Amino acid sequence: MNKYTPQAAIKLYPYQKVAAQDKATPEKQTVVVVGGGPVGLALALDLGLKDTPVLLLDDQDGAGEGSRAICFSKRTLEIADRLGFGDALVEKGVVWNVGRVFHRDSEIFNFNLLEETGHKYPAFINLQQPYFEKFLVDQIRMAQSKGAPIEIRGCNEVTGLYLKEDHTVIDIDTPDGQYQIGADWLIACDGAKSAVRKMMGLSFDGRLFEDNFLIADVKMTADFPTERWFWFEPPFIGSGQSALLHKQPDNIWRIDFQLGWDIDRIAELDPKKIRSRIDAMLGSNVQYDLEWTSIYTFQCRKLGKFRHGRILFAGDAAHQVSPFGARGANSGIQDIDNLAWKLDLVIKGKAPDRLLDTYCEERVYAAGENILNSTRSTDFITPKSDISTCFRDAVLDLAKHHSFARPLVNSGRLSVPCVYDGLSLNGSDALNGPHNLRVGAPCIDAPTPDGYLLQKLSGEFALLTINCDAPDKVEYDGITIRRIAVSTSDNKFYELAKRYLGNCRSAVYLIRPDQYIAGRWNEFNAHEVQNALSCATAKD
Amino acid sequence: MGLILEPNMQDGDLFYDRLLTAHDNLDSKQSSAFNARLILILANHIGDSSTLKNALFAAKAQE
Repeated sequence: MNKYTPQAAIKLYPYQKVAAQDKATPEKQTVVVVGGGPVGLALALDLGLKDTPVLLLDDQDGAGEGSRAICFSKRTLEIADRLGFGDALVEKGVVWNVGRVFHRDSEIFNFNLLEETGHKYPAFINLQQPYFEKFLVDQIRMAQSKGAPIEIRGCNEVTGLYLKEDHTVIDIDTPDGQYQIGADWLIACDGAKSAVRKMMGLSFDGRLFEDNFLIADVKMTADFPTERWFWFEPPFIGSGQSALLHKQPDNIWRIDFQLGWDIDRIAELDPKKIRSRIDAMLGSNVQYDLEWTSIYTFQCRKLGKFRHGRILFAGDAAHQVSPFGARGANSGIQDIDNLAWKLDLVIKGKAPDRLLDTYCEERVYAAGENILNSTRSTDFITPKSDISTCFRDAVLDLAKHHSFARPLVNSGRLSVPCVYDGLSLNGSDALNGPHNLRVGAPCIDAPTPDGYLLQKLSGEFALLTINCDAPDKVEYDGITIRRIAVSTSDNKFYELAKRYLGNCRSAVYLIRPDQYIAGRWNEFNAHEVQNALSCATAKD
Repeated sequence: MGLILEPNMQDGDLFYDRLLTAHDNLDSKQSSAFNARLILILANHIGDSSTLKNALFAAKAQE
C-alpha cells in the first residue's frame, strides 16, 4: 500500500508505470534530472534538443499550487526562445518595463528597465509559474514527438542515493512500489528543500531574514497600469512596512504586504484579515476574489560547490535568494543555460570533465552576485537596526527632493545576467570594443534584416563577424563553429553594428552555446579563434 | 582623487559652528537623521569610490 497522494494543482506528467520498475537489475541512464519545476524541465529540454538522453523524475505529477515565481526576465525569455517556448510565454504573459516607487503617499522614483528598442523581448513579463511550467512541458512533448530523447516520470520520488565512482544508484518510490536506476550524471533541480542535497548531507548556509510577507493573488478588473508599484511605509492602514502591486495574466493582481517578524500566522492567513488589508489598499468599493494566499519568510544561502563528482545542483537546490529583484527562478534558468551545453560536450567526449567544474565556478560566482543584490535590497526594505533604519529613511526623504538619492532607493535590483569577469573560460579580449560586450558578458540582442541576433544563436558555438571575412563554418576538435556575417553596407544591420563595434571598424566575436562571449578580435585569425575555443571548453 | 586629511576647509570654524547650529533643538533621533542625510549628500558630491572608501576607513580607524 503506498502513502502517495498526488497534489499537483496542474497535472503535467501523470504517473505511468514503466518497464524499468520490474527489472531485476537497475536500468542505466545517462542523465537523470531530479525535480520537474522550471529549472529541471528546462534542463531536460535543453539536453534533449541536443540529442543527449535525459530522464526527469518528480515526486508529484505536475505544477504545485499558487503563482509563486511571477517575474520572468529578458534573459530567461531569451533562453526560453532558444529552447522554443519564448513566444508562448510572452503571448500569455503581461509585459512590463516601468516601475514606480512610493514613500507614504508620494511617488519618489520611477524607472524604465528597457529604454532601448531593437530587442526581441521586453525587460520582464509577469506570468504565473504554473503557466511557465506548462509551456515548458508542451515544448518537451513537441520535442519528444520529433524524437528528442527526453522522458518524464511523475510520482517518482527519490528516496535514496548510493554514490559510486562514475555513477549514482538511485532508490525511487512510486505508487506501485520501489525500484532502482543508475545514473551516469544526476542533476538536482529539486528546489529549496532539495531531497538530494539533504541525502548528501551538504550544508546550505547563509542568512535568515526575520520578516514575513503575505502574498495575495487577487482577481479583479482594475484600472491600474501595467507597472510594478512598490510602497515604503504605505499610507493604507494595516498594510505593514512595505507593499507591492503587480499585474499578472487573467486579471489577477499580485499584492505583497510586509508583515514583520512577530506575527500570528494563522490569524494573518484568515481571509477576513487579508481582505481588510487589501480593502485598505484598493478602496472598499473594489470587487475582487482571493485566488491564492501564502505567507513566506526567506533566506539567502548557497552551497559551497554546485558540483559533487557526478552530482550537480541547479536552481533553488543550489542557492536561495530573497525575492526582491526576481533573482530566484531567473538565476535557476541561467544555471541550466550554463550547464546544458557543458554537460552535453562532456558526455559526447568533446570536452574534458573539468568543463563541468567551470559550471560550478561561473554559477557560484553568479549566485554570489544575486545573493549580494537581494541581500542589499532586503536590508533596505527591512532594516534590522536603528542605524540601518536611519540611513534608509534618509535616502527616502532625500529622494523626494533630490535626484541623486533616487538610484539609492532599493526596492529590488532587478535580475540581469551576470558577467563572468576574470573567470577561467574567458579567451582573448583583443577588440577595443564596447565594455558591455566584453569577454565573459552575454550577447545583447539587436535587430537583423530577418529578425533578431539572439534567434540566430541557437545552442552551438558561433562566430559573429562584422565588416570582415571568415570561413562560414570551421571545425576544431569535433566542435563546429558557424558564422553569422554582418556588414554595415546593409543599413538593416545598423543597430547591431553600433552595439557590437563601438568605435571599431570591424569585429569578430566567438560566442558560446549559452550566447556568452568567449573571445573577440578586430579580424578573423584561425589560430586565435581556435585558442579561444579551447579555452572556452576547458581544454587548455 | 585621494582623500584629503590635511586642512582643506575654506573656513573650518564657520562650518563647525553651522554644523552644530543645524542640530539646535533636534532630539537625538532627529540629529541622527540629519547626520545621515548630510553624509549621503556629501558622499554623492565626492562621488569617487576610492576616496569614499578611504574616508570610511579613516572614520573607522578612530574607534
